[in-house]
Amino acid sequence: MIAAPVSAPEIAIDVHGLSKSFDGREVVHDLSMQVKRGTIYGFLGPNGSGKTTTIRMLCGLLTPDSGEGRCLGYDIRRDADKIKRQVGYMTQRFSLYQDLSVRENLEFVARLYGMRDPQGAARDMISRLGLSGREQQLAGELSGGWKQRLALGACTLPNPQLLLLDEPTAGVDPKARRDFWNEIHALAAEGLTVLVSTHYMDEAERCHEIAYIAYGYLLAHGTVEEVIAKSALSTYTVTGDQLHTLQDQLAGKPGVDMVAPFGTSLHVSGRDKAALDATIAPWRDDKGLHWQHSEPSLEDVFIELMTRSKDNFQ
Amino acid sequence: MSMVDQPVRRGEIPEPRFGFWRRSFAMVIKEFIQLRRDRVSFAMIVMIPVMQLLLFGYAINTTPRNLPTAVLLQEDSDVARSILKALENTAYFRFTREVHDVAEFDNLLLSGKVLFGVEIPRGFERAVRRGERPALLVAADATDPVAAGSAMSTLGVVAQTALEHDLFTGDPAAPPFEIRAHARYNPAASSRLNIVPGLVGTILTMTMLIFTALSVTREIERGTMESLLSMPIRPIEVMFGKIVPYVLVGFVQATLIVGIGVLLFGVPVRGSLIMLALLSTLFITTNLAIGYTFSTIVQNQLQAMQLSMMFFLPSILLSGFMFPFAGMPVWAQYIGEGLPLTHYLRIVRAIMLKGAALQNLEYDTIALFALMLLAMTIAVTRFRRTLD
Ligand SMILES: Nc1ncnc2c1ncn2[C@@H]1O[C@H](COP(=O)(O)OP(=O)(O)O)[C@@H](O)[C@H]1O
Ligand SMILES: [Mg+2]
Repeated sequence: MIAAPVSAPEIAIDVHGLSKSFDGREVVHDLSMQVKRGTIYGFLGPNGSGKTTTIRMLCGLLTPDSGEGRCLGYDIRRDADKIKRQVGYMTQRFSLYQDLSVRENLEFVARLYGMRDPQGAARDMISRLGLSGREQQLAGELSGGWKQRLALGACTLPNPQLLLLDEPTAGVDPKARRDFWNEIHALAAEGLTVLVSTHYMDEAERCHEIAYIAYGYLLAHGTVEEVIAKSALSTYTVTGDQLHTLQDQLAGKPGVDMVAPFGTSLHVSGRDKAALDATIAPWRDDKGLHWQHSEPSLEDVFIELMTRSKDNFQ
Repeated sequence: MSMVDQPVRRGEIPEPRFGFWRRSFAMVIKEFIQLRRDRVSFAMIVMIPVMQLLLFGYAINTTPRNLPTAVLLQEDSDVARSILKALENTAYFRFTREVHDVAEFDNLLLSGKVLFGVEIPRGFERAVRRGERPALLVAADATDPVAAGSAMSTLGVVAQTALEHDLFTGDPAAPPFEIRAHARYNPAASSRLNIVPGLVGTILTMTMLIFTALSVTREIERGTMESLLSMPIRPIEVMFGKIVPYVLVGFVQATLIVGIGVLLFGVPVRGSLIMLALLSTLFITTNLAIGYTFSTIVQNQLQAMQLSMMFFLPSILLSGFMFPFAGMPVWAQYIGEGLPLTHYLRIVRAIMLKGAALQNLEYDTIALFALMLLAMTIAVTRFRRTLD
């Protein structure tokens, strides 16, 4: 075999310097990432930041303008055919056949991958998905949560080595979301590598590692703890009255990089702790406010990264 | 529940045996199910042929000229040359072939390479001079009565005047020779006989084109292309999957049209029914391939429809369906040769009305094949494998 996987087998995705432009606008810029086998890798970022575009480059659906890399050891530019055989890709928008039933969709996938017993494989997957009783229903008539389950079932059916899930839980109710993540963890435990894009912060905490992308730039990556530590952000959690006024007063002041309400409290963060302390000093004595220095949340870090990158790149 | 296919994680998924057939088959089944669910398309398959067939009750009248004619000269004489000159002077006949025996003469007519054949028998001049009023044979391919009719009607005048200058006939009222006209294949000059086989071709062109012209754009517009492209299927397999179900559909349509033609309009099928079926299948596949090619070129369904129409109109006008092919200007004939319908019309008319065999239709069969392969090659190379 000429095209046998050559890069370290522990690395499922290993790409460097990927860039992609549409109509002269660069939507992914010089992106590098490594994903270890058997891990759940979260891919976070606001809408339009290039998550889908990156995922499509990984599975050969888009050709990068520059950059290179390997997916499961196969060259992403030359071996797209081989990658497709080993990868399950769940698209952001439901892209199975709406006018085919649940069973017909699954059988179609099983046949395309040349599985020995397509009907049996579809039947097993239907019971695994808890879709028994709905197998004759047209995919287009399923509710959002069921569609998502079916799509996950379709992309895991051929037993791929890598799953690329593009915002699999967008618009799904919390219960279905939890079931979905349990399923993903079960799959990872079986040795599957999962790259999952999302913009839910709580989902980031369920990943082994995360990467944060905004406006096409990969701004941070690592475990959740590493990303928070690397941000070097000082954060105060403020509770009390008139937080709304306080937010307006602090916004844009020196040392205050970010101020955002979190439920009944307000998070005030800055990279320069001294400047931040100086700015907030007058309000710290306010009897109606309670200040507490705290670890920044992942969300603080991301919002800060995003506002900063927005200033830099836009 | 079968426990045979226990998931084996992390293993490479191998290329299956007979992968090409498995994937094509997967695609075919999927397309069949989708077609079955699409009530409108399903109705179209039956409605279009029936409607068209019943609406097209009349022929469009034209007076074609310079029709290709073969000459079988059994003697070379002044009289013979004068007659040929007179025939050419009518502007209906153009002598394109000179043949030397009757078999060749018949073959040219059968294959549609000429519309007329003129035979001047041996000893003709001597018989004329002796006042025996010998007969000269003009055979016409009357499958298209419009094309043959007006040319045939001038023959009487030709007989009267052709030898005015050469001869000294005693009795000017009686022509010095007789023209025996023989309208072959369609002696009653019924244009229905010609139209019905033609309709098989035009209806198939239209429905087949539209079915496949929409197929790729539909996947793109419904968003299913992204999933499909992310799976290990190759362009040629997608193409087969999209074409095969409609070959069956086209076959049903063709059967329907021929059936109605035979039962309602009394059109004969003189040649082999099996050959008609085989060559019709070839024609159907060619059109499906062309429609599919369109769908790999266009951006959306509207463009697909427009492109199909742009192909369909010349097919109707320049294939010999509306106007006799031989009567068209040369440039139009060149375009016509590039259209599958032109070749199929010759085939279907020859088989149904003339009882032609495959060896008479070699050229048109090969032309259809070539057009099909060309379209498929373009489609496979044009198929976009990425979303770029
Ligand atoms: N095929 C395309 N043609 C033109 N622009 C595109 C295309 N795909 C994505 N984009 C643009 O690229 C940017 C990134 O998109 P995307 O990768 O979908 O982001 P995300 O998935 O993070 O929301 C967006 O501004 C989007 O409009
Ligand atoms: Mg996206």
